[in-house]
Amino acid sequence: MSYQVNEKGCYGSFGGAYIPEMLFPNVEELRENYLKIISSDKFQTEFQDLLRNYAGRPTPLYFAKRLSERYKTNIFLKREDLLHTGAHKINNTLGQILIAKHLGKTRIIAETGAGQHGVATATVCALKGLECIVYMGEVDIERQAPNVARMKMLGAKVVPAKSGSKTLKDATNEAIRDWINNPVDTHYIIGSVVGPHPYPDMVARFQSVISKEIKEQLKKNPDYVIACVGGGSNAAGAFYNFLDDEKVKLIAVEAAGKGINSGHSAATMVLGKPGIIHGSKTMLMQTDDGQIIEPYSISAGLDYPGVGPIHANLFKTGRSKFVSATDDEALQAAYLLAKLEGIIPALESAHALAHLEKLNAKENETVVVNLSGRGDKDMAIYIKNMNNPSPTLPNGANTRHGARRQGKGEN
Amino acid sequence: MLSIYFTAGFPNLEDTNIILEELVQSGADMIEIGIPFSDPLADGPVIQHSNEVALKNGMTLKLLFEQLEKSKVKSQKSKVPMILMGYLNPVLQFGVENFCKRASEVGISGVILPDLPMDEYLSDYKPIFQKYNLSTIFLITPHTSEKRIRMIDDNSDGFIYMVSSSSTTGCPSPRCSDWGKPTLPDGANTRHGARRQGKGAETLKYFSRIKNMNLKNPLMIGFGISDRQSFSTACQYAHGAIIGSAFIKHLENGGEAGKFVSQIR
Repeated sequence: MSYQVNEKGCYGSFGGAYIPEMLFPNVEELRENYLKIISSDKFQTEFQDLLRNYAGRPTPLYFAKRLSERYKTNIFLKREDLLHTGAHKINNTLGQILIAKHLGKTRIIAETGAGQHGVATATVCALKGLECIVYMGEVDIERQAPNVARMKMLGAKVVPAKSGSKTLKDATNEAIRDWINNPVDTHYIIGSVVGPHPYPDMVARFQSVISKEIKEQLKKNPDYVIACVGGGSNAAGAFYNFLDDEKVKLIAVEAAGKGINSGHSAATMVLGKPGIIHGSKTMLMQTDDGQIIEPYSISAGLDYPGVGPIHANLFKTGRSKFVSATDDEALQAAYLLAKLEGIIPALESAHALAHLEKLNAKENETVVVNLSGRGDKDMAIYIKNMNNPSPTLPNGANTRHGARRQGKGEN
Repeated sequence: MLSIYFTAGFPNLEDTNIILEELVQSGADMIEIGIPFSDPLADGPVIQHSNEVALKNGMTLKLLFEQLEKSKVKSQKSKVPMILMGYLNPVLQFGVENFCKRASEVGISGVILPDLPMDEYLSDYKPIFQKYNLSTIFLITPHTSEKRIRMIDDNSDGFIYMVSSSSTTGCPSPRCSDWGKPTLPDGANTRHGARRQGKGAETLKYFSRIKNMNLKNPLMIGFGISDRQSFSTACQYAHGAIIGSAFIKHLENGGEAGKFVSQIR
């Protein structure tokens, strides 16, 4: 079975391009050209050089000794957090900015949730001297302030999305509306494996470098690859080169928010059913009447009611196992990684780490967790929750050590 | 032909039939009823807001059909065609066949689903729409290629929805609002004015280009039509025009539906 996109832009029964006519020429232009551009020597030479010398690839595959001891298995962290701008998002924005240049576009728009994709887009726009407008939900602007400041310093204009839940979904709507209003000179750099074909395939290809490197660095296939999923770009990248090796167990972790059935969740595979969002058919959280349900997660990057169509198909075919982690479980996993390994992960990546608690991998097995981003942007949330430890938190958050930390946090 | 768009369930849940009847009485030639959607991608702020309010009021597709069933306008199907306009997802969840059946039962003549891909319509849905005698209406824009316009014309029945400029509904940027106004006198050619005029001229060129293609389907111009002036300009190039956002604003300000129609005519 192939898990890749077919000639119609579909992954099984998901994908496609459900777009109003106003977007048809833009999307068609991209569809007709992206594979040609990506496969050209000129593109590859520049892209590979930028990945290596600008973004900082290859990223290390780090054997997390103390974490491995704790879970009695062999855990490797794919350190996408060490990339320039602090997350895997730069892999995709570097690729897309080169495509935009090739197509003669002069104006770049993007949507962002946690701000990581916005920062990565603002960065490549500065690098290539293109105008940059980033749409971001009003709520996210507030909870990810450091990234907003970064984008502005990099010369981008950050436009608040004020409709709906004022988060990632609404930022995406506004970016699409901008593209409708500026069809000639503008390229829309979508940050995840979502949107109309060819975006999911194009973004997955740019992110596939993650699993390519894991394969090379490990010199064998892992038993498990674990990644968090909002739209699903880091997971698509981490899974990509293992999709046909059915022995590699692929685990995608969604944000359960305050609990799957709490009414405050973003666990699309559990709560959703097939529908259309942002130009593609996929699993979607929606009412019986087909209205999109506002998602919730403590992590702005996972706060999305849909998921990339590639993942909807992996879910439907059973190729990937989809699980979820709550806000509390993610926070705990982040505190644990900080304490045991000296790494503060992004809240998004913390959801992937949280699954280690439930994995029960064997002693001789190899587990790769894709550490998609770093946690600097989430410090305000981490500090707030250190001061208010939840009674449900496991893992010794209330030890003497934890208590001392709390005290410091209050200063 | 004057076609008026309004969002079902806005400003109040029970307004759908009141507005319908007023529009028919005041002489609207065609009526587009918007099915509210939580994420209307192709719409500007005015229609977005009306969708939000309608959903908050409790409007659903099921309820809309129930309301239309009671409408007095229903019996006048041949006189004033009613078109449903909405996004694909609510229709898919309702079930395409079920949707077509119900639409036909309540006197709907045609459907506009801007995010329904033409190839999927042809491969999966065309026979269903035809079975229930529903026209399907597709959009064209200034950037739609001639080849694609011909293809849309070949596969359409009813009319072609000619989007006046590359924009969301309601004309959010000033540059697309002036094509219907008379050319400014020489003295008024400020830098700003000149730019606007340029855009207006471009729009009229696009209207002429499409008019001269002699398509088999009638053309209706929509997006950015807001007043008597822009309506009458559009009518010089097409069989009629569609007004949406301006009418929604009128309703929002407490205006009567019928009064709006008489202002345009």
